[in-house]
Amino acid sequence: MKRTQSSNRLVQWIDDRLPIFSYADQNVIAYPTPKNLNYWWNYGSIAGIILVIMLVTGIFLAMNYQPNADIAFASVERIVRDVNYGWLLRYLHMNGATMFFIVVYIHMFRGLYFGSYKAPREILWMVGVTIYVAMMATAFMGYVLPWGQMSFWGATVITNLFSAIPVIGDYIVVWIWGGFSVDLPTINRFFVWHYLLPMILVMLVVVHLWALHVHKSSNPLGIDIKTPQDMMPFHPFYTIKDLYGLGLFMIVYLFFVFFYPNFFGEADNYIPANPMVTPPHILPEWYFLPFYAILRAIPDKLGGVIVMFSGVLILYVLPWLDTSKVRSATFRPVFKQLFWIFVADCLFLGWLGARPADGIYLWLGRAATFYYFFHFMVLLPLVGKLEKPKPLPSSIYEEVAKKCRAKED
Amino acid sequence: MTDNPTNTPEEMDGDRRDFLLISTTTLGVAGVAMAAWPFIHSINPAKDVLALASTEVDLSAVEVGQAITVMWRGKPVFIRHRTAEEIQSAEKVDVGELRDPQTDADRVQKPEWLIAVGVCTHLGCIPSGQSLGDNRGEYGGWFCPCHGSVYDTSGRIRKGPAPFNLAVPPYTFTDDTTIMIG
Repeated sequence: MKRTQSSNRLVQWIDDRLPIFSYADQNVIAYPTPKNLNYWWNYGSIAGIILVIMLVTGIFLAMNYQPNADIAFASVERIVRDVNYGWLLRYLHMNGATMFFIVVYIHMFRGLYFGSYKAPREILWMVGVTIYVAMMATAFMGYVLPWGQMSFWGATVITNLFSAIPVIGDYIVVWIWGGFSVDLPTINRFFVWHYLLPMILVMLVVVHLWALHVHKSSNPLGIDIKTPQDMMPFHPFYTIKDLYGLGLFMIVYLFFVFFYPNFFGEADNYIPANPMVTPPHILPEWYFLPFYAILRAIPDKLGGVIVMFSGVLILYVLPWLDTSKVRSATFRPVFKQLFWIFVADCLFLGWLGARPADGIYLWLGRAATFYYFFHFMVLLPLVGKLEKPKPLPSSIYEEVAKKCRAKED
Repeated sequence: MTDNPTNTPEEMDGDRRDFLLISTTTLGVAGVAMAAWPFIHSINPAKDVLALASTEVDLSAVEVGQAITVMWRGKPVFIRHRTAEEIQSAEKVDVGELRDPQTDADRVQKPEWLIAVGVCTHLGCIPSGQSLGDNRGEYGGWFCPCHGSVYDTSGRIRKGPAPFNLAVPPYTFTDDTTIMIG
């Protein structure tokens, strides 16, 4: 362990016993980062900051929220109407969830495009997928808490997915509910999980960063760091770049918070939960729509649930499905096109998830679902073998220098 | 600095960078401080809580010598319809010998009605003395069972550890027999 560079005696004394200063220096200040990171590398830090915003707004919302089926809906309305700045806390939290998913999806597609999941960063990627799964569980349970119609029926539909499990499915669902329907015990335990899971999420993020700092960030060229010339200290170069990106992101986020706070929500969720009436158009939050489309594409209860969960879990084995040794799509002409087709397929699935589940939409959903898995299970392994990648640059430093010279000319 | 003719371009740039760093940091700290306020303020009493901050009490059924306790802002308020002797004993006290000097006239709007917050000023217990059988202490007012503070018929501290008299809440007589506390 390196000693701290500070000449302050107190800093040295503390650092000798608890090396927080040298740790911060190695991991934040002098932390070596590839010189050529572009703005797609901003989304990791933005995601981390939204997580903090979600935690802080969530903690303060919890101080006024009542996890009781009889008064939960009224307590959320009280937060918005009576609690000082309660409307701000709630809309920051609601829209924060949406922004969290947008940012994490961009972060994930960044990884897909630039091959960030490849050796030696497989575990880093898998921890990231786990974070994503934990996020989905947290978001789902959070959506149940306001106890509107969409909350109630979303909870009913999603928990009923587990009834597809053969033999013990019905018992599992009753166990999850703590009763014979989504009711008082359900909202109480969902509140506990919604509060607990983010703490686990924070720990997963620490593990994610731990793994990241072993082999450092990947980069747009996808080639390894070879010499110190390939790198820059994280501070001030990337702290400033991250802050700039954060500023732009906050403008978008706060635009929705202040002007269109319910843009991403469903009007039906302002109707108190009614176990006797299902709303005519029941659909999940937008960030679940692609998986919802996959679920509905399969004409079998158990099959649909299995395929839907596979759609997420297949990401865990992605590092071994992609057989190409070249990381960045920049040097993979065929993969690059397939990547954008895959992005389009995901967006298309999302669009289909919000359409009614019959007629032409059903068949389009099946085609898009088929292609989703075809991309992972057939195209990725084959293209890696058949494609002829472009020649890779010899070093990050040379490419950066070449670009600088081109700019000067 | 600028009047130093030996400044090199690097040093000039250093000044500019210092300015940028300090102004950016200042703006950032100010922004976070302003963003913190909604969070801090959100756990202050909400509007529905403030709306319950006043209590109306009908006194017409309280006989002379009787006392009632009403709830105001989550705390008990003692209302005692004092007898002539109680008023007299409260008024004749030498203010100079009191721990928290206050005349009886300062503590009541109408001498027959003593209205005080029923929370001992020592550590927040509720003194006894509202019911006729209660221990009212040697001054005929209230006696706090927790640590033995003794209050007189004006709710003033006379003995024991409490530092102040029982607080008089803000109240107004909306008519002869009705008060609005708060």
